Amino acid sequence: MHLLVCGGTGCRASASDAIVGKLQKELDEKNLQDEVQVVMTGCFGFCEKGPIVKVLPDNTFYVQVKPDDAKVIVEEHVIKGRKVEKLLYKDPADQKEISDSKHMGFYKKQLRIALRNCGVINPENIEEAIARDAYAALAKVLTEMTPQQAIQEMIDSGLRGRGGGGFPTGMKWKIASQNHADQKYVVCNADEGDPGAFMDRSILEGDPHSVIEAMAINGYCIGATKGLVYIRAEYPLAIERLKIAINQVREYGLLGDDILGTGFSFDIQLRYGAGAFVCGEETALIHSMEGERGEPTFKPPFPAESGYLGKPTNVNNVETYANIPVIYLKGANWFNKIGTAKSKGTKVFALAGKINNVGLIEVPMGTTLREVIYEIGGGIKDGKKFKAVQTGGPSGGCLTEKHLDTPIDYDNLIASGSMMGSGGMIVMDEDDCMVSVARFYLDFTVEESCGKCAPCRIGNKRLHEQLDIICKGKGTLADMDKLRNLSHVIKDTSLCGLGQTSPNPVLSTLDNFYDEYLEHVHDKKCRAGVCKDLMQYIIDTEPCVGCTACARVCPVGAISGERKGPHTIDQTICIKCGACMDKCKFNAISIH
Amino acid sequence: MSSVKIKLNPKEVEKLKEVCVSFNNEAGELINVLHKAQSLFGYLPAEVQEIVAQELKIPVAKVYGVVTFYSFFTMIPKGQHPISVCTGTACYVRGAEKVLDEFKRRLKIEVGETSPDGKFSLSCLRCVGACGLAPVVLVGEKVYGRVSPDGVAEILAEYE
Repeated sequence: MHLLVCGGTGCRASASDAIVGKLQKELDEKNLQDEVQVVMTGCFGFCEKGPIVKVLPDNTFYVQVKPDDAKVIVEEHVIKGRKVEKLLYKDPADQKEISDSKHMGFYKKQLRIALRNCGVINPENIEEAIARDAYAALAKVLTEMTPQQAIQEMIDSGLRGRGGGGFPTGMKWKIASQNHADQKYVVCNADEGDPGAFMDRSILEGDPHSVIEAMAINGYCIGATKGLVYIRAEYPLAIERLKIAINQVREYGLLGDDILGTGFSFDIQLRYGAGAFVCGEETALIHSMEGERGEPTFKPPFPAESGYLGKPTNVNNVETYANIPVIYLKGANWFNKIGTAKSKGTKVFALAGKINNVGLIEVPMGTTLREVIYEIGGGIKDGKKFKAVQTGGPSGGCLTEKHLDTPIDYDNLIASGSMMGSGGMIVMDEDDCMVSVARFYLDFTVEESCGKCAPCRIGNKRLHEQLDIICKGKGTLADMDKLRNLSHVIKDTSLCGLGQTSPNPVLSTLDNFYDEYLEHVHDKKCRAGVCKDLMQYIIDTEPCVGCTACARVCPVGAISGERKGPHTIDQTICIKCGACMDKCKFNAISIH
Repeated sequence: MSSVKIKLNPKEVEKLKEVCVSFNNEAGELINVLHKAQSLFGYLPAEVQEIVAQELKIPVAKVYGVVTFYSFFTMIPKGQHPISVCTGTACYVRGAEKVLDEFKRRLKIEVGETSPDGKFSLSCLRCVGACGLAPVVLVGEKVYGRVSPDGVAEILAEYE
């Protein structure tokens, strides 16, 4: 029997390591430590209900487990074979318990290829990975295929880069293989910078071997003997697990000189990022690895021609790599049957925001936004009304109700005014102001622009100022025209992908939520009640009982009134923090 | 150079030089050297940057350029308990701004500052990947999930 405990970042923050300790202690006390193994795995994906404990072989899926539940799990489930009902997931529709995760709405529509081993193996034990076919694809490629055949298989599979651009992976490899040099490099881009996207981290934390194996295959295909992983320093757990995995792979002779006696040599080193979003762009990433400021340079020359230290370099993202071993094992024809005409396979999305089931999901390309949000995501939190879903991070756009039935793939998302990006999916409800959301993304871009080219450095700053003016209720109709013009100039003239896509949040909200902009400009009104300068907190004297709770919580003393008498807010002092409204038990305070 | 000027003692200088040597004094390893140096001193004051430049045989301006480019590097000493409020998109839509305002109000410092007693410093970060727990606050390495403005006082009290 195995007890799998989620060791992803979210669950660890809710004390999942204490759960492991307590389970082990209970088992030791009952002398069961040889019969039952406690394993800390990577992320299960269902972060909303974490920490998660899964019991094998009967697949019981316990949610929101606390360290103190260890006793009952061991005494009831392990010893007596009875499921602990209070820890089972309850179907929100009929409140019935579901014990096997494959019957839950959250998992039913998912197809896990890149995440196949996350939450299944102990990432710190290579033998568990090998038992799940890790390195079988490497052996197959090295012994049965020429580099050209292996590249052709990748082209046939139709796999496209999962980092955002969506460039066909096989084509990228082919170009890199055709450039000759004394040394070539394979680089894994693990500088996941989109706020709200954490799939690469989960893969590295839950299944580092799939990435290592794919990098070695990539090296064989293009003729590189050195691999580098460029990883964020903010991901300490992923770094640690990657280091452990690389050492174990070396011990097993699957990295290093003369792998499996085939004469092919390959090894991997780590390079650390230091917190710069622009370093996700491949030329910037390469400069950063060379110890420079991470500023992008003009392409061509592409990295495939002149990359790291001026040598041909192939850069792929973590999720792209995680797909690769299984493609070689099951064949390109298996993979290219999944998905849509031009986007093959699956995509991992980080589902977050105002949605019931926050978590990491993997679905076939072509799944609709409606299926993702309502069936997998379980709908909008607190029964509120869906307003928008933001995909593609700071480079993407906001999609609305009318896009819900669009099948998700690279081309459809671009046609709808957004993009795939790395797979962040933030759901927003009626309480979110779309002008503020656009300003939020611009705030991010302004901070992260490297400053090398003027359109991005200066243009985004001006865009942000314009949005700020509108949020403060001082905007005019002319400002809205300026927003649109400036956005197009920035898109057309910026050097790299960051600047070329940074106005997308503005343009897509202007297109889809024009009315809301108009209200801010014309009526000086923010319907979501987010823009502080456009609203007033007012106490309705009828429900107010004069309990004085609001007056006591007000940080600036703006509320006055007699005890047991109606209170009022002095608008000249009020800083609109909302503390009074949160405190009022009688719903007497509202926003106007 | 607008950073805190400190006097390193000879032992610290020696340690820093050892770090540079461990990377063969190669200019290409600048970022790795700075990572090590920051974990040694907690921040990268001017003097540290000068020594690194000297050892790696590159201009100080280049070191300064790299230090200021990356948000992970800091030239201001952090507080004893560095507080980071996640302002990633998921946390933002679930009210991270109000939580941040409450920290500012209670600590009477702005983002990027350290409290006068050196106890707390306040910063924002973009996504720790625990979006299921949004809004998220980190104090040192400890993660606090589903933080509300009301919960801020409770968190601070733990470290008083």
